[in-house]
Amino acid sequence: MDPKDLKYTPSHEWVKVDGDVATIGISAFAVEQLTDLIMIDLAKAKPGTTLSAGDPFGEVESVKSVNDLYAPISGEVIEVNPAVEANVAAIGEDPFGSGWILKLRPSNAEAELAQLLDYDAYQKKIAEDAH
Amino acid sequence: MLKKDQPPLLFETSRPGRRIAVAPPLDVPERPIDDLIPARHRADTPPPLPELGELDVVRHYTNLSSFNMAIDANFYPLGSCTMKYNPKRNERLAALPGLAGLHPYQDESSIQGMLQLLSELQELLGEIAGLPAVSLQPAAGAQGELTALMVAAAAFRDRGERRTTVLVPDSAHGTNPASAQLAGFQAVTVKSDARGLVDLDDFRAKLTDEVGVFMITNPNTVGLFDPQIGTIARWLHDRGALLYLDGANMNAILGVVRPGDMGVDLMHYNPHKTFSGPHGGGGPGAGPIAVRDDLAPYLPSPVVGRRDDGTFFLDHDRPKAIGRVRAFFGNVGVLVRAYCYIRSQGPEGLKAVAQHAVLNANYLLALVKHAYPVPMGERCMHEFVASARALARDRGVRAMDIGKRLIDYGFHAPTVYFPLIVSEALMIEPTETESRETLEAFARALLAIAEEDPDLLHRAPLTTPISRPDEVAAAKRPVLRWSPSPVEPSATSDRGPRTVPSF
Repeated sequence: MDPKDLKYTPSHEWVKVDGDVATIGISAFAVEQLTDLIMIDLAKAKPGTTLSAGDPFGEVESVKSVNDLYAPISGEVIEVNPAVEANVAAIGEDPFGSGWILKLRPSNAEAELAQLLDYDAYQKKIAEDAH
Repeated sequence: MLKKDQPPLLFETSRPGRRIAVAPPLDVPERPIDDLIPARHRADTPPPLPELGELDVVRHYTNLSSFNMAIDANFYPLGSCTMKYNPKRNERLAALPGLAGLHPYQDESSIQGMLQLLSELQELLGEIAGLPAVSLQPAAGAQGELTALMVAAAAFRDRGERRTTVLVPDSAHGTNPASAQLAGFQAVTVKSDARGLVDLDDFRAKLTDEVGVFMITNPNTVGLFDPQIGTIARWLHDRGALLYLDGANMNAILGVVRPGDMGVDLMHYNPHKTFSGPHGGGGPGAGPIAVRDDLAPYLPSPVVGRRDDGTFFLDHDRPKAIGRVRAFFGNVGVLVRAYCYIRSQGPEGLKAVAQHAVLNANYLLALVKHAYPVPMGERCMHEFVASARALARDRGVRAMDIGKRLIDYGFHAPTVYFPLIVSEALMIEPTETESRETLEAFARALLAIAEEDPDLLHRAPLTTPISRPDEVAAAKRPVLRWSPSPVEPSATSDRGPRTVPSF
């Protein structure tokens, strides 16, 4: 996926809505900040679970820290990326592509996407964080 | 062996038949092994132990111990951990046979001296806290947190109040929310503001009638004293909630500020940070708690009481007590060290501890801040959090690289990547026991590292037998037990095939 087509949260998740499927992952910047990933816990994100925007849906642990993952938009979980569940390092290999984490059936995509950062706004935010 | 060499494992040094002791020839009639130990109680094969001489073993462990960074050998500015020097005097006193040789089942009449010491320690800790009721039982700071929260929960139950929430700042030690959860509360995070203090708007929004306790560390983990503490205490008390102090940073305010005067209702001490208890090794530790008078009935039993005739006893007759949290009286050896430390410093000495802790941290901050910016301000209490994010952005050098390189300069690394609210955090606590010369030497090392070649820093440390262990593999595939390979050891230096991990 082209990072320029995605929407972002300030907590570094990205989302791409395509029809009635939303794909969610974490940004390359987040992966770089986390450094080496050790494990991911997606027990709260079983298919069929309903998430509201801002709900924690899992945890990712690196050698540095443990961080919550937050749902950028609301919806019902359809699928968890089996490659990522099997080996969390798969996120780092292609965070905007094969390293996606979750697929949702969004319930209020249009209104919620408008609340998120676009590519330029997200780039600005991470540049500010680095200062 | 050179210090930079990786020492061989004992299994690799092993040679068949090598022994520390050689038994003389058998001079009694030999009996079959089956007569002595039936076969069903015997292993099929002998245990795979290395065969070594005494000197092999002594050198192995002595050399290993020399690889350790320790406060007796190196400056150890590990923020939040208060790795100060513990006077050897306290070790000597705690080892006196009259103290160390006691048995907890001895009759009370024969341990009056120890009971008096513990009773006086209760009073001293109560006086320093400004909170008169003390339990010495908890065996660590985190157990002190849990115990105090259980005391609070017992008080709420007794009053018929239903309070289900504990508020915790986002800069708190991770043990705070864990203790809240374990004590049956739900932990809710309160944000920090841009200054690194409690965000009062967020605090007020989360302060509902469900809130039982707010756990604050003051000074907090970014090394700042939160001057809003009086307001925070007032708002909590207006709603019948309690203020808990995580006493991890008491070395910054000893003898200067009493937590009780700040409005604190309950607190724990970390004797290993504040009163020269031994650090590390997983214990034994101690985490005494001090609480307000009206919470005293709920403290764990027993506490040390004093009879009218001046004798001391273990008071078990406390019907509202939450019960025991530790066998006997907690880890008394650590408590003896705390007592010796407090008594040998005296009131003025304890105050000087706080003054030197704060002075040392501010001096070091002033020496390094131009190369390592301190986002939360240019004044601190006993520690400060510098950020390597400019170095990370401009030169690709991260907090971890700086910490690793400090090892080459003979210094232990500061705490890195904590607290989480500062990116590329380097949390530096020099402690009160370091001289000006040591602080300046450490500052020179930090400033030199900021100018060094990033490629070199990524490879640091360069002077140790192992440079950077594979942390991912260590977390994902920990090898918790080695056993030697059945292959006979060879004389080559390639260790790969000779030892295999077993789970």
